[in-house]
Amino acid sequence: MTTIGNAITSKTCQDSPTYLDVGKVRQDFPILKEKVRGKPLVYLDNAATSQKPQVVIDTITRYYLSENSNIHRGIHFLSELATHAYEDARLKVKGFLNASATQEVIFVRGTTEGINLVAQSYGRGFVKAGDEIIISAMEHHSNIVPWQMLCDQVGARLRVIPINDNGELLIGEYERLLNAKTRIVSVAHVSNALGTINPIRQIIEMAHRWNTPVLIDGAQAAPHLAVDVQDLDCDFYVFSGHKLFGPTGIGVLYGKADLLEKMPPYQGGGDMIRSVTFEKTLYNTLPYKFEAGTPHIAGVIGLGSAIDYLCRIGLEKIAAYERELLDYATDVLSTVTGVRIIGTAKEKAGILSFVIDGVHPHDIGTILDCDGIAIRAGHHCAMPVMQRFGVPATARASFAFYNTKEEVDALIRAIHKVIEVFG
Amino acid sequence: MFDLSELYHDIIFDHNRKPRNFRKIQGANRMAEGYNPLCGDQITIYLNLDGEVIRDISFQGLGCAISKASASMMTDSVKGKTMAEAKVLFDKVHKMLIGETGTRSDLNEIGELAALSGVCNFPNRVKCASLAWHTLRAALKGDETVVSTE
Repeated sequence: MTTIGNAITSKTCQDSPTYLDVGKVRQDFPILKEKVRGKPLVYLDNAATSQKPQVVIDTITRYYLSENSNIHRGIHFLSELATHAYEDARLKVKGFLNASATQEVIFVRGTTEGINLVAQSYGRGFVKAGDEIIISAMEHHSNIVPWQMLCDQVGARLRVIPINDNGELLIGEYERLLNAKTRIVSVAHVSNALGTINPIRQIIEMAHRWNTPVLIDGAQAAPHLAVDVQDLDCDFYVFSGHKLFGPTGIGVLYGKADLLEKMPPYQGGGDMIRSVTFEKTLYNTLPYKFEAGTPHIAGVIGLGSAIDYLCRIGLEKIAAYERELLDYATDVLSTVTGVRIIGTAKEKAGILSFVIDGVHPHDIGTILDCDGIAIRAGHHCAMPVMQRFGVPATARASFAFYNTKEEVDALIRAIHKVIEVFG
Repeated sequence: MFDLSELYHDIIFDHNRKPRNFRKIQGANRMAEGYNPLCGDQITIYLNLDGEVIRDISFQGLGCAISKASASMMTDSVKGKTMAEAKVLFDKVHKMLIGETGTRSDLNEIGELAALSGVCNFPNRVKCASLAWHTLRAALKGDETVVSTE
């Protein structure tokens, strides 16, 4: 049996179903050939946004070159073509998440808009004064602020599942927070600041015992792990296209049809209506009820292309490869004196947050940048996580399947340089 | 090509390791806070003004080497100066940070602070170096709103 560890360096196992030929996939991403500050680009900021394969770039270009038209209205050829491409992408998302119907797939601008949609629409319909909403201590601001806004609007209360020093949710505490007043639970599948993979199946199952729906923020998970919303039985799942090797400005909200049916529209406008008079407007059916206005058609089609690309490689293979790369990076970084890894959960995706004694993460970021290495330095839009770990910011390297062991070595060399310069 | 030593001059490291006037002035008659939320740089500046003269100045806070060194050098360079002189220095440093300093003699005038002259080649670090200075300006004005340079 071929191990994934060999897959990173060995060229001898092309036929293995577990082998990811990283040299080959790198050829698919033109930007990876770029030089930055005279050095080969080492792109380790994939949790912020991912690079785009040529096929996605070509799909978007082709749309604008020869298919551009508005959808769901024209009777002309191009409009039919664009509508078909748009709805075909919805079908691809349905397959990608294993949703039971295309009407459960709603296109939004990104994860942030998806969460805001649920907070405002579900919130308006189902959350009242005195009700409770549960999130976790490791959420991105986009899974905190929309719920705080809702709580302020209706007089509900935000409850927060605490985490331990490894960055893992305290499930016992979560159990204690759940009660008859809990109206929704909203947690990250994978933490953007810590890399923790949360036990979402268990989280969902526990909430359902209280008949409480669960929203999963999949921004950091969908590009790296296989997701099956029916198997998970989650009520809402959101992710962004640009982190999934697709374009910016497009994302997906999956919702169970029966819940979406009961929710009021989020925005009013064209496309989301069946008929309009000044006396009464009838809303369109799902998913159009939630897609007011001309959508980001090129983005949707580009996202469909990115999903095809990912599925051709296979998410199981991607997850295994990235796990191997993360383990390698973690092992090496752990041996560097003065480095502290923030986020040491047992179950992690390819995110490595760290601090170096006496060196601010911004200085780390600048020194790495001079070697062509792109990482993120800052609070990662997760200020409560920084407070929990008593640091103002961290440096964060985040991996994709096109990253290599050699790039991890370059990162480690540059970290040694940081320590030497600041020593 | 980017040269790291352009940004991280030895003087910067020295002030980062041993920041000068890094303390709280008890009974300070002016105080201002600066905060860059995106990077988490946070600074509090304490002043003791004697009429127009800055008798004492100190700072506390968290930040990167550039922001800490800039604050440290600033406290050294404005201590004993009048408010008007400090404002002139602010303008000179500001020009240097945004890359508008003309001649070498302009740099010579500001002494040790010239160590920050490389910052203008790193646009995303200008906000780090300028935070302390904008906070000083707020303190001199008696402005109590939190300053940001992001």
